[in-house]
Amino acid sequence: MVEETYIEKVCIVRANSIVVDTVPRFSSDDSLFAEFSKQAFRQINPEYPKFFKMDSLSKLAVLAAEYLLEGQPIDDLALVLANRSGSLDTDVRHQESIQNEQEYYPSPATFVYTLANICAGEISIRHGLQTENAFFIAEDYPINTARSYTEYLLKSGKAKRVLCGWVEFFEEKYDAVLYIVSPKGTNKHSAENIKKLFE
Amino acid sequence: MAELKEELKGKIIEVLNLEDIAVADIADSDPLFGEGLGLDSIDALELIVLMDKEYGIKLSDPKQGKSIFQSIDTMAAYIAENRTK
Repeated sequence: MVEETYIEKVCIVRANSIVVDTVPRFSSDDSLFAEFSKQAFRQINPEYPKFFKMDSLSKLAVLAAEYLLEGQPIDDLALVLANRSGSLDTDVRHQESIQNEQEYYPSPATFVYTLANICAGEISIRHGLQTENAFFIAEDYPINTARSYTEYLLKSGKAKRVLCGWVEFFEEKYDAVLYIVSPKGTNKHSAENIKKLFE
Repeated sequence: MAELKEELKGKIIEVLNLEDIAVADIADSDPLFGEGLGLDSIDALELIVLMDKEYGIKLSDPKQGKSIFQSIDTMAAYIAENRTK
C-alpha cells in the first residue's frame, strides 16, 4: 500500500533548452521549435522517424518525456497531463486547410492531431504504455487536480508511477514541465513542491 | 515517366514528412508500405489527398489504393494514365 509519494525526476523544456533535474541536457540557437525539437530529439533518439510526423504539441510532449524517461522503469506508468491551449495550434492549421472551397484539401495527418490528448497517446505509443491517462485543460497548471488524481492512481494501485505535467504549445510559444511521481524519493509530492517546479 | 517518378518521390517525402529519407533512397520498385518505406494508414490517406491535389485524380474506391500504392512504379503508371492536371 502506497502511503507517501514523491516527485522523483523533472524535465523542463522551454526557450530552446532542455533541463533534467536542474542539469542542462540540450540547448540550441534555433528560434523555430521545429528545428530545435528535431535536433534535441535526434540527440537522444535517432531511431524514431514517427517523431517527425507529429504536430508541435505532440513533439513537445514526446521530446520532454524522452528525456524524462531515459533510464527509467516504465511498467505501470500512468500519464496525467494538462495545458492551456488544447490542440488549438493544430486546429488552426486544419481550419486553414478547409477554408477555401476551391482548394479544399484537408490533411488527414493534420486532422488526427486536433485533440489535445493525442500527445498523451504519442507518449504511450513511443514507450509501449497501456495505462491510465488523463488530460486536463486549464488556464494554469491545475496543481490540486493533478496532484489528487495522481495520488488516487498510486494509492489505488492503478499505477506504480505517474508521469505528470504541463505541455503547452501555441503559435511557437511553448513550455513543458513534466515530472515523475512515485513512492520513492525525498521531494514530497505536495502542492507546494509542485508549485516550485513552475517558478 | 522517369521525371514523374522523381517528382513523385519528392512530393511523398515532403507530404509525409519522411525526415531521414532522400529521393535517391527510394527505389522505383520498393514497397511503400510494410517493410519498404514503412508507411501507415494515415500516410495512405495523405497519398489519396496528394493524388487529388497534385494530379486531379479522385480515388472513389479506397480498395483501389492497395494496388496503386504498391510502389513508385505502380503509382506513376496510374497517374500517367489517369491524371487530369
